[in-house]
Amino acid sequence: MLFGAASTGKRVFTTSSSPGISLMQEAISYMAGAQLPVVIVNIMRGGPGLGGILPAQSDYFQSTKGGGHGDYRLLVLAPSSIQEAVDLMMLSFHLADKYRNPVMMIGDGMIGQMMEPVEFPDKYEEPELPPKTWAATGAKGRPAHIIKSLFLDPIALDKNSWILHEKYERMKKEEIRFELYNHSPKNEIMLIAYGTMARICQTAIDALKQEGISIGLFRPITLFPFPEKQIYKEATKENIRELLVVEMSTAQMFEDVERAVYGKKKVNFFGRTGGIVPPPEEVMEHVKMLLNKKSKDKKKA
Amino acid sequence: MEQFEVTLAGFGGQGIMTAGQLLAYSGMKAGKKVVWLPSYGPEMRGGTAYCTVVISDQNIGSPVINNPYCICVFNRPSFDKFEPRVKPNGILIVNSSLINVSSQRKDITQLLIPANDIALKAGNVKTANIIILGALIGASKVLDLKIVKEIVKEKMSKKKELLDLNLKVLKQGYDLAIEELSQKEKV
Repeated sequence: MLFGAASTGKRVFTTSSSPGISLMQEAISYMAGAQLPVVIVNIMRGGPGLGGILPAQSDYFQSTKGGGHGDYRLLVLAPSSIQEAVDLMMLSFHLADKYRNPVMMIGDGMIGQMMEPVEFPDKYEEPELPPKTWAATGAKGRPAHIIKSLFLDPIALDKNSWILHEKYERMKKEEIRFELYNHSPKNEIMLIAYGTMARICQTAIDALKQEGISIGLFRPITLFPFPEKQIYKEATKENIRELLVVEMSTAQMFEDVERAVYGKKKVNFFGRTGGIVPPPEEVMEHVKMLLNKKSKDKKKA
Repeated sequence: MEQFEVTLAGFGGQGIMTAGQLLAYSGMKAGKKVVWLPSYGPEMRGGTAYCTVVISDQNIGSPVINNPYCICVFNRPSFDKFEPRVKPNGILIVNSSLINVSSQRKDITQLLIPANDIALKAGNVKTANIIILGALIGASKVLDLKIVKEIVKEKMSKKKELLDLNLKVLKQGYDLAIEELSQKEKV
């Protein structure tokens, strides 16, 4: 349905929670191949399979690496508050059109169920976009527009793949979004988390500060394109000794962070799954474990 | 203002979510940052539905609060589950109409409010949640009662009878909490 509606040049949108999104993967691959702008929201629940219905972040790979087949990527946004979800929602329709590519917003049951005050801008000023000259709007008096992902000629398919690739490279240049929290040259540890988990880390950071421990947070807002250069830059600062990735999954974004820091710093992981949302206290405990371990290492040396 | 956190817990149908939302809307009206987070799913079938409201002057980080400053329990399973979780020096409000035990903790302030009895007497047992909400405001002073009244007027039934009843029991809960607290201080 999204494929058909998007083909007419209208803005289209759908939402589901993990298993429903799995069912859509074939169509998502087709839409990426046919360069259709659509917006999809996945409020993630625990998996695999039927899993559970409580909050999780375990569809990171599916969203960022392509759950469907073929050489394609989605532009993936991860809000950590309701206000940000509102702001990114407006942006996601723009980005879908700008790149003629599916955009996926991922949240978890917290973002999905929580209520927070939000402000809508009086007027949304959207940067101008090129007209949709490719859309199927009725071919009377002009040659028909064909919207498809089928290219049986290998040369044509190769060409299409590289057109897509170029778009993804452009996204990496133009669309990376992230936020730093409590960054200071005193910090020895940098947390990396997105969505709800990032908020929980912020509370942990504030509480640790009261105990005299200063650590920072790197929060990716775009998961694809992933802010790898930016993470590298922050992680390789002299004062940072180790990183701690915190996710509601069994170490998915962790792999991208490891890739980003290129072995220059040790990357640790802490996560819970199945709908368990780790409270700030558990994050604090892990940070302290890392700090204690290090002071022991120091003594040995 | 430091961050204020409250969890309201009880059976589904006791108006837990509504009471929490009224509090969140009131906080918003007072110009504070607020978060309202419901429990849902399988937990609900275990006898307790609950929601957490956070009110603060600063941006709110974690919506998940293990040990809130204030907890209102509407039924026995909620008492058993949440009584140990009240933050030290915090407040526990117990619907003593349905809960025949009380906390033995010495490090918290406990208020026993017979909300269902008061509600029945007032003419509608469904207003028990509003009584607890009133008691919560009276005990914590987190917001001005006036603001909560305005929100009740805005969000609750527009039927005059019901609205008047809600406003009346809100004040009753508020007064009762203040009275209980002052008695505790005397002791």
